[in-house]
This record gives sequence, C-alpha cells and structure tokens, in this order.
Amino acid sequence: MRLRLTAGMVKDEAIDRVETLSGQSILACYQCGRCSAGCPVVEEMDIIPSEVIRLLQLGQIDEVLSSKTIWTCASCLQCASRCPKGVEFSSICDALRAIVLRIRLATPKVDADGLTKVMMSDAPQMGVVGALRKLNG
Amino acid sequence: MEERIGVFVCHCGTNIAGVVDVKRVAEELADYPGVAYSTDYTYMCSDPGQNLVKDAIKKHNLTGVIVAACSPTLHEATFRRAGMTAGMNQYQVEIANIREQCSWVHQGDKEAATSKAIRTIKVMIEKARLDEALEPISVPMTPRALVVGGGIAGIQAALDVANAGHEVILVEKSASIGGHMAQLSETFPTLDCSQCIMTPKMVEVAQHPKIRLMTYSEVDDVSGYVGNFKVKIRKKAAYVNRDVCTGCGLCVEKCPAKTPSEFDEQLADRKAIYTPFPQAVPNKPVLDAEHCTYFLKDGKCGICAKVCPLDCIDYEQKDEFIEEEVGAIIVATGYDLYPIENLGEYGGGKYADVITSLQFERMLSASGPTGGEVLRPSDGEVPSEVVFLTCCGSRDTENHLPYCSKICCMYLTKHAMLYRHKVHDGQAYVFYMDVRTGGKGYEEFYTRAAEEDDVLYIRGKVSKIFEEDGRVMVWGVDTLSGRKIEIAADMAVLGLATVPNEAAAKLASMLKIHTDEWGFLSEAHPKLRPVESLTPGFYLAGSAQGPKDIPESVAQASAAASKVAALFAETEYHREPVIAVIDEDTCAGCRVCISVCPYDAAEFDDEKKVARIKEAICEGCGACIAACPSGSAQQKNLTDEQLYKMVSAALEV
Ligand SMILES: Cc1cc2nc3c(=O)[nH]c(=O)nc-3n(C[C@H](O)[C@H](O)[C@H](O)COP(=O)(O)OP(=O)(O)OC[C@H]3O[C@@H](n4cnc5c(N)ncnc54)[C@H](O)[C@@H]3O)c2cc1C
Ligand code: SF4
Ligand code: SF4
Ligand code: SF4
Ligand code: SF4
Repeated sequence: MRLRLTAGMVKDEAIDRVETLSGQSILACYQCGRCSAGCPVVEEMDIIPSEVIRLLQLGQIDEVLSSKTIWTCASCLQCASRCPKGVEFSSICDALRAIVLRIRLATPKVDADGLTKVMMSDAPQMGVVGALRKLNG
Repeated sequence: MEERIGVFVCHCGTNIAGVVDVKRVAEELADYPGVAYSTDYTYMCSDPGQNLVKDAIKKHNLTGVIVAACSPTLHEATFRRAGMTAGMNQYQVEIANIREQCSWVHQGDKEAATSKAIRTIKVMIEKARLDEALEPISVPMTPRALVVGGGIAGIQAALDVANAGHEVILVEKSASIGGHMAQLSETFPTLDCSQCIMTPKMVEVAQHPKIRLMTYSEVDDVSGYVGNFKVKIRKKAAYVNRDVCTGCGLCVEKCPAKTPSEFDEQLADRKAIYTPFPQAVPNKPVLDAEHCTYFLKDGKCGICAKVCPLDCIDYEQKDEFIEEEVGAIIVATGYDLYPIENLGEYGGGKYADVITSLQFERMLSASGPTGGEVLRPSDGEVPSEVVFLTCCGSRDTENHLPYCSKICCMYLTKHAMLYRHKVHDGQAYVFYMDVRTGGKGYEEFYTRAAEEDDVLYIRGKVSKIFEEDGRVMVWGVDTLSGRKIEIAADMAVLGLATVPNEAAAKLASMLKIHTDEWGFLSEAHPKLRPVESLTPGFYLAGSAQGPKDIPESVAQASAAASKVAALFAETEYHREPVIAVIDEDTCAGCRVCISVCPYDAAEFDDEKKVARIKEAICEGCGACIAACPSGSAQQKNLTDEQLYKMVSAALEV
C-alpha cells in the first residue's frame, strides 16, 4: 500500500509530543544507522532504532507505538553516546513508552476516592503511592 | 663530432631500485658506444642529484644527457633546466622512463625489468645522438584579452585581467551581462541576495577604462594563435542606437508587442523592444525583430521610433562586424538547464505546476514575475505542499546524462528553505538519492533546512508525476523505511541537470578547442591544468567547463585571469620547438599535410608550390609527418632517421 504523505503528518501533534517528552529533534536524524549498529539488544527488536526514527519522520507513530522495540531498549545509552547528530534514541524510547503507558492507563485502575482507611493503614505507604503513580496515568 | 653522452640512473628510493638492478644498468651502459659517463643515484631529482648531473656535464664535456627515471611529464623540465644551467642545450637532455614503464609494471620480474630498462635507455641514447640543439620559438604577444560570455565567470575574469593592467574585450550574446546569476533570488549557503552582490561588479565592468563591453554581440571568427589571435565580432542589429540611448524606457513602455520573457523563464511577458531586467548593464533596450510588429507587418506600428525623444530607433540598422587582435581568449559561455520536456515521466512541459528550478528561482526573486511570492502557475494560489526533485536528468546513464550536476542538491535545499520562509505553514519535501553538499558551509546549510525548516528529505527517486483533482500526484519510495510514498502536492520543482550553453558547442568548434562528450569545455589536465584548454592561448572559466556554483565559477575565472596576466607579463611568448618542418626541396606540394593538420598549422606557399609549417601554431602532433607521402615532413628531434635507430635499439637488431 502507498503511504500518502501530507503536510500534517511530518509535524503532527503526536510527533510534537515525542519531541517535547524526549527533548529530541526527530528531523535532526540523518539516518546514518549508527544507533542501530551499536545497540546491544538490536537482535531482539522488531524495528531497528534508526527505522523507528524514520517512521516518526514519516508520521507513522502508531506503528512505532505497537512495536516490540520500545520495550526491548535497555536504556544503556549506547545509541545516544554514538549518534553524530546528538539524537538520543534512548530518550525517544522513554518518551514512546511513556505515551503507551498513558494511553493504556487512560482509565484509572485504582479508585483513589474508594481507598478505605483499613487499606490505607495496612498497605505500606510506598506501595499506595506507587500504585497510584504506576496504575493511574 | 664524437658524441659524449651521460647516463644518470635514478633509484627513486625503492620505486625503481626495488625492482630494477640500477647498478647493473649503469655499469652495462658505461660500455655502450658513445657513452662517456654512467652512474646511478638515489634521488636524481633532489638538489644533490641535479648537481651530480650538472657537474658531470661540465667535467666530461657531455653532448647529450639521458636521465633514466620517472615519466618525462614529471621531471623533464627539471632536468632540462639543470642541463641549461650547466651550459647544455636543453633539447639535448632526454628522459628514459624506467619507473612507470619498467619497475612499476614489471614488479614480479626483476630480470625482465632490468633488461627492459637497459634497452629503454639505449633507445634514448640513439635519439640523443642525433638530437639537434634547438631554441624555443618566440612569438610576439598582443597583451589584450577576449572574454566570451558575460556571466559571473566572464565578469570576474574580465575585471581581474583589466585590473592587472591589460585591455579586455568582453563579448556577451544577450542584451545584458549577468548570465544566470542575475536571475537568482538569494544564494546558498549564506542567502545573500544575488542581485545585490552582483550589480556592483556589473557596473564596474561597464565603467572600467580597460574593458570594452560588447553586449548583444557574438564572436564570428577566430584565426591565429596564442599571442596573436584575430577575432571577428558581430554586433547584432539592436535597431536602437545604443550609444545615444539613455535608457529612458519610453519605447519599452509604449511597445504593444509582447512575447514570453527569457529572463523570467517564460513566467511573464516582455515587450518586443526590451531591457532584460531592471538592473541590466547596459541599461539600454534592444529590439527583437522576430516579435516586433513593425518587422512582422511591413512597417505597421513604429511606435517606439515615434516616442523616442532622442531618435535612437533605427529599423534599418544592420549587423556590424568588428575585427580585433587579442593575445588570449577566456571562454566563459556558461550553462543551461536540461530541457524539462525531456522528463516526460514527470509531466515536464505538460503540467503547468511542474516547473523548472530556474522558474522557481524567478518566483522567489523580489523583482520576479510574482514579486517574490510563491504562486502556483496554474491558478495563482499559494501552494501548501511543494515537492522538490533532485537529479532530474542527472546520474541516469540509461535515459539521460551520467554525470552529477553538482549544484542542484544545494539549490533545491535553498528552494525548500526559502519556500518555508515565505509560506510558514507550507510543507517542503525533497526526494533525493544522495544529498551532495561539498562546499564550505554547505552541510550546515542542509542541516538547517532539515532541522529548522522541517524540510522532509525522502530517499528515493520519484518514479512518476501525474495530475489528479488539480494537484500533482508524486509517486516515489522511501528506501530508508521501504515505504512506497504518494504525495498530492500543489507544485513540483525539478532540479534539472546542468548542460553546456547551447551556443557553446558551435563556439568551441570554431575556436578549435576540445569539449567532452557532453559539450563541456575540456581542460588541459584534469588536476594540474584545470583552467586552460589544450590549445594554447585559450582559458576556461565557470560552468562552461562543467557544473559549478558561484564561488567555484569565480575562483576559476580569477585563476584563468591570472594565467592570462602571466602570459602577458612577457612581450614574447615562447613555444616548444619540437614541431614539424617541411623539406622544401622534396615536398611535392600534394597538400596532404594541410588537410590532416588539426590545428591549421600547415599552409601552402603559392609561389614555391610547397607546403610550409607555421611555427607559431604547430603543436608537434605528428599528423602531417605520418601522412606526408614523400617523407618531406619531419619532426624536429624525432626524425625518421632517429625513429629508425630508436626502434632498432628497442628490438636489438
Ligand atoms: C536554479 C538555480 C539556482 C542556483 N543557485 C545558486 C546559489 O544559490 N548559489 C550558487 O553559488 N550558485 C547557484 N547556482 C549556480 C549559478 O547559477 C552558476 O554557478 C553561475 O551562474 C555560473 O556562472 P557562469 O558565468 O559560468 O555561467 P552563466 O551564468 O551561464 O553565464 C554565461 C554567459 O555567457 C553568455 N554566452 C553563452 N554563450 C555565448 C557566446 N557564444 N557568445 C557570447 N556570450 C555567450 C550567456 O548569455 C551568459 O550571459 C544556481 C543555478 C541554478 C540553475
Ligand atoms: S545514530 Fe543518530 S543520526 Fe544516526 S540513525 Fe541513529 S539517531 Fe539517526
Ligand atoms: S516597432 Fe512597435 S512593436 Fe516594434 S518594438 Fe517598436 S513599438 Fe514595439
Ligand atoms: S548535485 Fe545532487 S541533485 Fe544534482 S545531480 Fe548531483 S546528486 Fe543529483
Ligand atoms: S605536426 Fe601536427 S600540428 Fe604540426 S603541422 Fe603537422 S599536423 Fe599540424
């Protein structure tokens, strides 16, 4: 199938969000592939890091969000340390994961108002805070 | 006189000595008839090496010298100079090439290389035995230059030669100087306005006391040779007395006849009587008879003549011919774009919204047909998506031209950037195969386009463009992601290949200077003599020699000018005397030599009925010598007798 590129896709809101969350410029990447070449877990990825960025450049965020890659990235920062354009793929991965998490957690799993006194006193304080943070987007 | 020949065998470090047994070579040749001295040395071209040669010449009173070393193109001049300082005639110093032709090509067989080296030297000894003492030929020099083509290259060359104190005639075929640079909006990589940096130079040309500017003129004929060319220049009938005209423009304003403007790349009309652009130099109109009502309809109209306050219009004006003598010619005839019609797969010439890069350039120009606004030609709307295509006709060995046009990656990047500066919410796409940014500040410029102006570079060559619902549909692929891409764009700009100016081929054949198979002027040596033609006295400047941007065109123009200034520094020009000579006693007057000489150097003496060689023109190519049926044509220091002895030595017979 042909991909119909439109003006909106190159700089669509979702891509903007990735840039804001990661602090990286997507169009700065010139596709040299160095990030992918050096990544220690690239074998386990379904889309290699440089291609993830290329797909973002082409506005294909959905494809990227459903990839295995973003969960495989070990945040070792190998890619970031080697990129000749100063693009930190690891940070882009962080941003993509955060976006997925927020989508998944759009409906809160923990009803904060419904927490009983008993639960509050029985459960460790850290656990309650953690549950609210991790399970409620 | 008994000849006394010296043989100097060079080791060239291990370049020669690593393969050829140089000691044995020197020893064996010491016993060869006529050899008075033979030795070897590590680096003969070094100062001590040259001194060794010089001392031996004096000590052994040598009559000939053979330096067995590298190719004569490298050090023949070095050793001839050394010979001269030691009191020898330089043309009796010869090189035997035992590096490129022995050690380098026979590395695996030392014995064969050594015996070949010995024979190679013997061949040159046989030549040297009969070498005559020759003197360089002096020809008088006319220190005036002709520059053909008034683009930025021609302008720069003319100014530099003139500022070196020499007269210059600058011939430009169109009504104004400026060439393509005058059409440009802003220029990469600094985005300064093209007109602003160019007009001062154009004005300087017009006002320079040493420059005679001849616009609307062409070179019709050139004869002669370096230092002494005779040129015939045709001043085309402008039907305007341009010496009197003040450029008031009344005639242009009132003229009723219109035709598409060449300067505006057909995006707007001009009048039949016109100045190509407001900053034209000279800022005086010419009348284009092909589109003028007066000429087309037998004298109907004549408005311009009526309105001209100075009576400058002259419908009877004829082409005028001017003959001049010059010593050197700089060719700066520039380039054109590959015809857009040749790109049928992109709808070139068929779809209004598929345009050439120069058309886009005119659109971007503040003084252009749209006043600097980017507007779709079909409906005048501001395009919200524009696709730029690189390599249109370039780098395509099968269907178009094989070479890279060099400037298009950069100017399309500039276009995409300037489009975004004018249409802030517009999207620019550039389809590319490689983005070539070889130049100072160029890569940074490209990076800026991608990062700051959100230009999306898509790696792949567009396959086709077609119209659909009033838009141009672009089909390509992004080879980086493997995605097939489709863009419904408002406009497509083609980065068409650079080709030599149409008029240049005709000119080159008249000037008898070489061009490559595409019509670009050929340089004498691709690396070491890039600004001169193989034919002496001709110099090359700008994009006529190959695709070039402005800085490169200017650099080459200045280089050509400095070559000319160096040539003019002497009142006489010295040429190699190793040329043809005809024996008048045996010449049968068959004129075969005249018909074969590629340089027109052989002429016929009607009185004596024999052929003669013009010393100042003959290049010593040998064509006539091979052709002459009576053996009357001989090459100096390469006579038949010498060749016979050399071949015998080579074959050891
Ligand atoms: C779309 C586009 C954008 C560009 N943008 C840039 C840019 O931003 N920066 C940059 O550095 N470069 C740019 N360039 C390149 C630039 O145009 C050239 O480098 C420059 O114009 C070359 O100058 P020139 O004098 O060699 O040739 P030309 O400009 O072609 O001039 C040649 C002149 O010779 C005349 N002529 C030809 N034949 C004859 C003849 N037989 N007798 C007499 N006169 C003759 C012609 O009429 C013309 O005036 C661009 C090119 C294009 C196509
Ligand atoms: S290393 Fe940097 S520039 Fe190269 S592909 Fe990866 S992100 Fe892009
Ligand atoms: S004669 Fe008429 S048509 Fe011709 S140039 Fe003059 S005004 Fe124009
Ligand atoms: S300069 Fe760029 S666009 Fe032009 S032919 Fe070369 S690679 Fe293609
Ligand atoms: S040697 Fe060549 S250049 Fe000289 S006259 Fe003969 S043909 Fe012409």
